Amino acid sequence: MTTATEASAVTPVAAARKLSYVKAFNEGLAQAMREDENVFVAGEDVAGYGGVFRMFDHLLDEFGPRRMIDTPISEAALVGLGVGAAARGLRPVVDLMFMDFMGVCLDQIVNQAAKMKYMFGGALSVPLTITTASGAGLGAAAQHSQSLEAWLAHVPGLKVVMPSDAYTAKGLTVSAIRDDNPVVIMLNKVLLGSAGEVPEEIYGIPLGQAHTARHGCDVTVIALGRMVGEALAAAGELAAEGVEIEVIDPRTVQPLDTETMFASVRRTNRVLVVHEAVTFGGLGAEIAAQIQDSVFDYLDAPVLRIGAPFSPVPFSPVLEKAYVPDRARIAQGCRRLLERS
Amino acid sequence: MAQRASTASKESTQVSTQVIKDLHERMVRIRLFETEAGKLMEAGKLPGFLHLYVGQEAVAAGVMAALRDDDQITSTHRGHGHAVAKGVGLREMYAELYGRVTGACLGRGGSMHINDLTRGMLGANGIVGAGVPIAVGAAFAARYKGEDNVAVTFFGDGATNIGAWHEGANMAAILGLPVVFVCENNGYAEFTPQSGHMLLTDVADRAAAYGMPSVVVDGMDAVAVHRAATEAVERARSGAGPMMIEAKTYRYFDHQGVKGLRHPYRSDEEVAEWKARDPIDLLEARAVADGTATRAELDDVWQRTRDEIADAIAYAEASPLPDPADLLLNVYSG
Repeated sequence: MTTATEASAVTPVAAARKLSYVKAFNEGLAQAMREDENVFVAGEDVAGYGGVFRMFDHLLDEFGPRRMIDTPISEAALVGLGVGAAARGLRPVVDLMFMDFMGVCLDQIVNQAAKMKYMFGGALSVPLTITTASGAGLGAAAQHSQSLEAWLAHVPGLKVVMPSDAYTAKGLTVSAIRDDNPVVIMLNKVLLGSAGEVPEEIYGIPLGQAHTARHGCDVTVIALGRMVGEALAAAGELAAEGVEIEVIDPRTVQPLDTETMFASVRRTNRVLVVHEAVTFGGLGAEIAAQIQDSVFDYLDAPVLRIGAPFSPVPFSPVLEKAYVPDRARIAQGCRRLLERS
Repeated sequence: MAQRASTASKESTQVSTQVIKDLHERMVRIRLFETEAGKLMEAGKLPGFLHLYVGQEAVAAGVMAALRDDDQITSTHRGHGHAVAKGVGLREMYAELYGRVTGACLGRGGSMHINDLTRGMLGANGIVGAGVPIAVGAAFAARYKGEDNVAVTFFGDGATNIGAWHEGANMAAILGLPVVFVCENNGYAEFTPQSGHMLLTDVADRAAAYGMPSVVVDGMDAVAVHRAATEAVERARSGAGPMMIEAKTYRYFDHQGVKGLRHPYRSDEEVAEWKARDPIDLLEARAVADGTATRAELDDVWQRTRDEIADAIAYAEASPLPDPADLLLNVYSG
């Protein structure tokens, strides 16, 4: 298993400094724990070991075993522990390690966490945060590489965030913990070691607010999670050809900020949606449908989707590379959109 | 192996008069709530499903009489008895069965999801076994906050075949949390007899796998249940960790609804045998014989409760329906 290897720097000195994605998450979590005594972390190997991806490094040193809890390998009981504790006023952060493991505790996420407030007639909130690592690229094969955001985004009561870089990893983590709803944070495994500028102070990024990562006038590329970086790379390639693409990072996929997308479509008239998840039934379909519902008249071409083929994630590196969308496919998609009309 | 609790009558005399009356009143409230709900269902007045608790009253009453208001419970799809015994308002409960906006869940939950935070009722649950880890979480929160309340999770024999049950039991044990596991073994997982879904005689034996002590009690004897629950609750409250109680009991009505035995799965003789040991009759006979209560006093409880039930049903029927414009209320916080 690959893990981020850099040493932890929870309290860096430089104001404008670079931090890895995983350390940005760690810093946001630590600051949120300092901010609120009711925040605790439970999961498999989160305390003593610091998490298999070093997500929880050094937190046991500062917060001790009361607030950093190593649990048995029992995802259903783990999420249930979070639901029960949240219902009693705590703000649990429970870690599912790999997103794929969600399958063994989906009842607690979907039937319990997501519906409890509704079925209690609003008498309580479930401020539960579920952290998990998603995505392919580590050669981890079909049971450790999925992007299952569409499953979760389909469930009323849940929120789902997909940090695309170090800055959003920290800000979305802080917001997820502060939010009174169950929020799933999908940390992308390939991005864990990637560095970006991250402010030292605690900050939240509003949930349900998209970010325009690059402005352009020819094509709107709506990219989820790791695909934001790929889209920005594709944008650089296309700029050399005289094509300016706009890159939208939804950051939160539930709730989804469609207004920012619609405004962009009105300017560019062409849309490509790209995600790591399987294209069929993926969020690209939802986004394309909403764009058609609301801004059809502005479209010069049908909305194009790029995602994974309808297959489990393969193991062999050559197959895995062919499976995950990349900058080349995004650039090619933009060119196809521009060829129409 | 699980201990088998003695139910000798000499021990029951150790329970105070006040406790006997308390157990009786809780059982009568459940019995009348449920039989009236069954009639309303048969009359076509209630939407949805109805899983009646009649026959199992001694378990809810015995356990709840050992709890404080701030102790938490999680319940099952057969949860009315637990809610009534925990003190959830009868008006709010009937209103919920009717799908009215005055219901315990504002008409969003129905029979299988009645809950009341103010009474520590963390929810009946439509998913078998799902309440177990949630109770573990509630117990975790109590310890985290330095409070001394305990959490009780109710489940049936069938639920102990679910992964969440085993995970929750192990989690409670390894974290040493103040949780009491109460198995209401009514002998059937829906329509499948216990012998058809596990090879054990005593479900309580499963607790041993998690290092958890357990006891088997007569679930038709409210005093026996109460005594076991008192011990388990005190144990949990003192920090000694979880314990399991298996109460052997029986449901008089079908898995769902009142009748509808398309394929009889149990004999009339079996039902009659259990009814001959009705938990309320048993307690009343003992109370009268012991001089704990007179027949007139017991009858008075039935009458007062009947009046309260009638009031609650009238309240529910007079209550407004939810406004469809408010459909999305409480999907999210904030």
